Amino acid sequence: MSELSRRTLITRGLAAAAGLSGLAVADRIANRYGLVPPDGSGVYGPGETLTYAAQRLLTRRSLAREFSRGQISSAPFANPVEPPTDAFKRSQAGGFNDWTLAVDGLVARPTTLSLEDVKRLPVRSQITQVICEEGWSYVAEWIGTPLIEILNVTGLSTQARYAVYFSSEPDTWESIDMADALHPQTLVTYAMNDGELPVAFGGPLRLRLPRQLGYKSVKFLTRVTLTDSVKSLGKGRGSASADAGYTWYAGI
Amino acid sequence: MWYVAFGVVSGHIRRNLLPQGTAAGDAWSYNRLERLTYMGVVFALFPLIIWTGLAMSPAFVAAVPGADAVFGGRQSARTLHFLLSVLLVVFVLVHVAMVWRAGFRRRVVAMITGRADETPL
Repeated sequence: MSELSRRTLITRGLAAAAGLSGLAVADRIANRYGLVPPDGSGVYGPGETLTYAAQRLLTRRSLAREFSRGQISSAPFANPVEPPTDAFKRSQAGGFNDWTLAVDGLVARPTTLSLEDVKRLPVRSQITQVICEEGWSYVAEWIGTPLIEILNVTGLSTQARYAVYFSSEPDTWESIDMADALHPQTLVTYAMNDGELPVAFGGPLRLRLPRQLGYKSVKFLTRVTLTDSVKSLGKGRGSASADAGYTWYAGI
Repeated sequence: MWYVAFGVVSGHIRRNLLPQGTAAGDAWSYNRLERLTYMGVVFALFPLIIWTGLAMSPAFVAAVPGADAVFGGRQSARTLHFLLSVLLVVFVLVHVAMVWRAGFRRRVVAMITGRADETPL
């Protein structure tokens, strides 16, 4: 084996320095254009950033596949949820008449909507796939109003970067960037297939996000808040599931 | 991807991986079976495991409709992904076992430096 010559040593040193400064520049550019996800730090951070940046550059406006009525799954799988709280049971006994959706944060007019208010907004239905992190999937029709219609009612600050949304289940919250929040297939749903949205599938209100894994489609939706940073929420990684070690951007 | 591009340009794939017999006693080149296996891993297993992986990504399938349909849907892609991963694990185990038998230290040194210590084993 020959020893490393001075020339190869210098060439390789320069190449390594160029590579490192290239990485630093890439990091600054990614930050500037909002390509770094809230969980873009830590051991898996670079991988999360690479995935999120690539998806945002390539698939920002794509639409999830919509299926025909004949392809709807005959037996959709209801992922088990925690036993309902007493407050939830009371609301359910009253037909969810007292259920409200609060929209606040970086909006012009913070608003609290009842179920009836949500149902009066423009209706959209979509037959899309629910895709779970665990591997199973099913196709169902989801009926609701696009989140962007609700944000049209409340008005939206240009500083908003994330929509954070909460479930009535304790410690269950997620967030998405504005590309997904304003996406036409991001629905606040209240009906599924031929009827009301069953509690087992997240009724009375569930946010549906067909371009990401199922855990981002939070059940029992109670609040949406618009913010420019998610650093102060939980551990600052953007969602309860990201705090627990899941990826924040679940378009995968 | 870089490996394949470099392999094609440098002639590595043509020289070392296209199936052909080698002279008996030539311990540093691959025999027909090894060449077929490496070709299969590089040009079939890896591309397919990447594709079936992408076919399970909701955002990618939204952008590239049909990425999962060619496999017959995401659940078929998922099954294939699993089988492919088993094949890759088997390949790695056999591959490392063969390197072990052929002189682990010397082979690994050759892999990293690109220079073979050609003195007889």
